[in-house]
Amino acid sequence: MTTAVQETTLSNEEILRYSRHLIIPEVGMEGQQKLKAAKVLLIGAGGLGAPLGLYLTAAGVGRIGMVDFDVVDSTNLQRQVIHSTADVGRKKLDSAADKMRAINPNVTVVKHETALTSENALDILKDYDYVVDGTDNFPTRYLVNDACVLLGKPNVYGSIFRFEGQATVFAYEGGPCYRCLYPEPPPPGLVPSCAEGGVLGILPGTIGLIQATETVKLILGIGEPLVGRLLLYDALGMRFRELKLRKNPECPVCGEHPTITKLIDYHQFCGVPNPRKPAPAEESKVNEGEIDVTEVKRKLDSGEDFVLIDVREPHEYRIASIPGAKLIPLGEFPKHLGEFDPEADIVIHCKSGMRSAKACGIMRSAGFKRVRNMKGGILAWSDQVDPSVPKY
Amino acid sequence: MAKVLIPTPLRQFTGKQDAVAVPGATVGEVLTALTAQFPDLRKQIFNDEGKVRSFVNVYLNDEDVRYLGKDATAAKDGDTISLVPSIAGGRA
Repeated sequence: MTTAVQETTLSNEEILRYSRHLIIPEVGMEGQQKLKAAKVLLIGAGGLGAPLGLYLTAAGVGRIGMVDFDVVDSTNLQRQVIHSTADVGRKKLDSAADKMRAINPNVTVVKHETALTSENALDILKDYDYVVDGTDNFPTRYLVNDACVLLGKPNVYGSIFRFEGQATVFAYEGGPCYRCLYPEPPPPGLVPSCAEGGVLGILPGTIGLIQATETVKLILGIGEPLVGRLLLYDALGMRFRELKLRKNPECPVCGEHPTITKLIDYHQFCGVPNPRKPAPAEESKVNEGEIDVTEVKRKLDSGEDFVLIDVREPHEYRIASIPGAKLIPLGEFPKHLGEFDPEADIVIHCKSGMRSAKACGIMRSAGFKRVRNMKGGILAWSDQVDPSVPKY
Repeated sequence: MAKVLIPTPLRQFTGKQDAVAVPGATVGEVLTALTAQFPDLRKQIFNDEGKVRSFVNVYLNDEDVRYLGKDATAAKDGDTISLVPSIAGGRA
């Protein structure tokens, strides 16, 4: 036992509260003291962070930090069970911390209300023993990985998409890291996010609790940690599979001759714009090919001769659609170009404007001159033109 | 024939099939035959030089082929080849 653990004592209230831990020989008083002395940092207070925050708090982890800067919105409630309907509009950190303190007032909840960046990551992570990665984007995944490797902290990893999840423990006592598994991120746009691709609401519960289980095992020093093994979960097949995860001797951050010895610009590395540093020049370029929803409405009402194309999927079209729009899902879009007059006035829309921007690009490269992207998609249409159209 | 397991993000390119049996004596041959059968899958798995993209990992049974014989790794009947792309979801 370390001195910190030895010096951690439990009150009678705590002894009663943790009774079902204390009577397991593998946990016992010493294990509960280890949990109380432990400092765990959760990156993200969303889908994975929700079950992690609730269960690690209940289990008696002494100090739990959370990094998040988002506000609860109603589309979070389908899976982020730490937030309630009444929390919509509140900061996720405030909402999560309230629930955690209500479950267990013995736990210290530390709120880091910021995006994790190359500038602040080492400073935030250094005070914790374990880092649990529940983020939603590639730049932060690589940032968390590199920071954990550089600081020598285990990175309890979980990731989800639709019906599938992945979990493992990276950078544990010199074990493989995220870059050993995936040296490079996919090019932007190739792998959809949960916001674009959707996620079964229960899935982050399953994966988040695998991360919580691994975190508790690491703290207690019991069992066989999920190190050097990538656990894959398929909810539809209800199957868990395990793949071998090896340390890459040529890994740029944890290999024999590392080339990354400090944190880098992860947005640049992933080829995506930094949301906190917008590029004005690029924005104005995009604006030229855009059209406002109110202008589209005017064109429709005045019976102008133009084509409105919806590049979403059929199941989205069934949720909400704009009368007069022709549905051609983006995946099938290139095959249908021949159906349109290259001189026609064309407006393309999707849910929020991302996929339609790609479709506009495809048409312009094919020689279509008068193609515009409906700014903000059907969400903006619902906000500004027809509130009876549901947002999803 | 080896069985190739298709992960959710790539099923849109395989007519929604989650597993496809494909002939081929090596992992490389199996993947080439797979992408010949589903041409839209090709650019998801291979880069312009015809190499497997670095964010898609290929496993023969439970072993990463990068640590076996890469594309030349022998594939036999009953083997399972898994494509495991990186996914990032979790917080939003």
